[in-house]
Amino acid sequence: MAFDTATELSTVGKARRRFPTGHVITYTVLVLGLIAWIFPFIWMVLGSVKTQQEMLQRPPTFLPENPTLDYYVSWFQEHSFLTFFGNSVIVALFTVLGNLIFCSMVGYALAKMEFPGKKILFGLVMAMLMVPGVVTFVPLFVMVSKMGLNNTYPGLILPFVTSPIGVFLMRQFMSGIPEELMEAARIDGAGELRIFARIVLPLCGPPLATLGILTFLGSWNNFLWPLVAAQDQSMYTLPVALSLYSIGQEGTQYGLLLAGAVLIITPILLLFVFLQRYFIQGVATSGLK
Amino acid sequence: MSSTTATGVAGVTNPGHRAPSGGKDTIAGAKRRQALIAWGFAAPFVIIFAFFMLIPLVSSFAMSFTDFNARDVQTPLAVGFIGLDNYIELFKDPNFLQSLAVTGIFVIIGIPLTMTIAFFLAVALNNGISRFRAVFRVGFYAPVVTSIVAVSVVWRYILNNDGLMNMVLGWFGIEGPNWLNDTTWALPSLILMAVWRNVGTQMVIFLAGLQAVPPEVQEAAMMDGATAARRMWSITLPLLRPTILLNIVMISVGYLQFFEEAFVMTQGGPLGSTTSVAYFTFGKFRFGEYGMASASSYVLFIIIAILAFVQFRFLQPKD
Repeated sequence: MAFDTATELSTVGKARRRFPTGHVITYTVLVLGLIAWIFPFIWMVLGSVKTQQEMLQRPPTFLPENPTLDYYVSWFQEHSFLTFFGNSVIVALFTVLGNLIFCSMVGYALAKMEFPGKKILFGLVMAMLMVPGVVTFVPLFVMVSKMGLNNTYPGLILPFVTSPIGVFLMRQFMSGIPEELMEAARIDGAGELRIFARIVLPLCGPPLATLGILTFLGSWNNFLWPLVAAQDQSMYTLPVALSLYSIGQEGTQYGLLLAGAVLIITPILLLFVFLQRYFIQGVATSGLK
Repeated sequence: MSSTTATGVAGVTNPGHRAPSGGKDTIAGAKRRQALIAWGFAAPFVIIFAFFMLIPLVSSFAMSFTDFNARDVQTPLAVGFIGLDNYIELFKDPNFLQSLAVTGIFVIIGIPLTMTIAFFLAVALNNGISRFRAVFRVGFYAPVVTSIVAVSVVWRYILNNDGLMNMVLGWFGIEGPNWLNDTTWALPSLILMAVWRNVGTQMVIFLAGLQAVPPEVQEAAMMDGATAARRMWSITLPLLRPTILLNIVMISVGYLQFFEEAFVMTQGGPLGSTTSVAYFTFGKFRFGEYGMASASSYVLFIIIAILAFVQFRFLQPKD
């Protein structure tokens, strides 16, 4: 919301601009930049419908001469795409759900309650934001292996089911909810759980949307952990499957790989285009506060 | 239960009015009760956080002083304590030193490049144009949301020896290198890709920062005859200080962990020319040298912590 008000305000200033030619130049540069920026996506889609023969042609053709959907069909029929897709969806959904529930609960305690250890807890969460993933990676793998969770959904989900950034996001937003709202409910005899579920959570739409989207994104695109934790093909998520097909196999079957890439990217790009204000607002607010 | 809680909690927040008379005990009791409830809310997070983040963080530190390897997984307590040997060995290992250099180059070239492009895009979107702002924002941000495994496929296809990149260079009479298999050009290729993937985030944060600059201040300066460049330098940039700090810290922490691009594009090659510290660590992990991997990950952690600290010290607004 704040975003748009600010946008409008700055547009007011712009009406008085003296050099419309400046606009033309800016637009030209931006349009050229934009084309270069999204070109890899265009090239990806074009390549995914070219025949094997056409892929080997030098110089490459721009538009496909005999567009074919063979690679896509092959993903579904021969490469168990739906299994990988299903795994990705299951892992992402539970990861999102866990983050929404756990981060908002602890966020509420940190924002609205006093308790011993609060400062330490918040400090630890913030410090954890700076710890590189690679530091915890090795012991995490050893632990998950020892618990027998390798190659299971819990093994893929549990390490990501909460996130320090999510706690931070929820706490920041909840701190801004007026104390009076809760006070009134307390006088009416409502318990904390009730206040949390009936008053606080319904007000938390925006940060929950942001957290849900960011977590979904992270889970959908995550590949290093599932790569080591999912050893059986039936447990692969989409990026793992594609990476095992593609990495280190130069020059082979680019068409099939590009089609796979399109299949992974499409759901997330659609989600992004429709929900872009939440994506972008989330990044901007979690950053600015 | 809820009714007692309610009076109790109200008593804490408003002791003057609502605490029953004679109530030090009641206040203490209410405090204790609220603490219990609060920890109840925090419990699910705390358990998972402790188990999957804190314990691994501490174990990794402990492991870095041992010769823990893949065979010790069944008997983790029987490993040998070897003091600083891992760290000493690391700094004698030319491959590790090379990985430090690779990470350094990546960071030193990648950060200014990403931030400059992001900043100019944000300024252009904020001041330079009045329409289609959302379209540009979505377009430049799109690489951020896409899977690196997926985009790596098309990037390898483009940077292939006889791929699109070299064909385009050929139009201008330039014979391009075999980008990803050339020890000189592999790292720059990955920097280019990282810039492409990270400009969006930085741009959006800059944009939010720019929109928070009050237009009145700008207009006042304009009245006084300050040029656009002057306004940028004397008004916008100083006001953007917190945004710039945030962006620098974020991108430094991210770029120092440089790993994914190398993993999906070059597997650290050719000849280690794209093996970053994080990639080196992962290599040690893959060979089962867990103690060694932990030590090198801690070196990276310390570098990140020091750098973040220094950046906060230098860039935080002075009162």
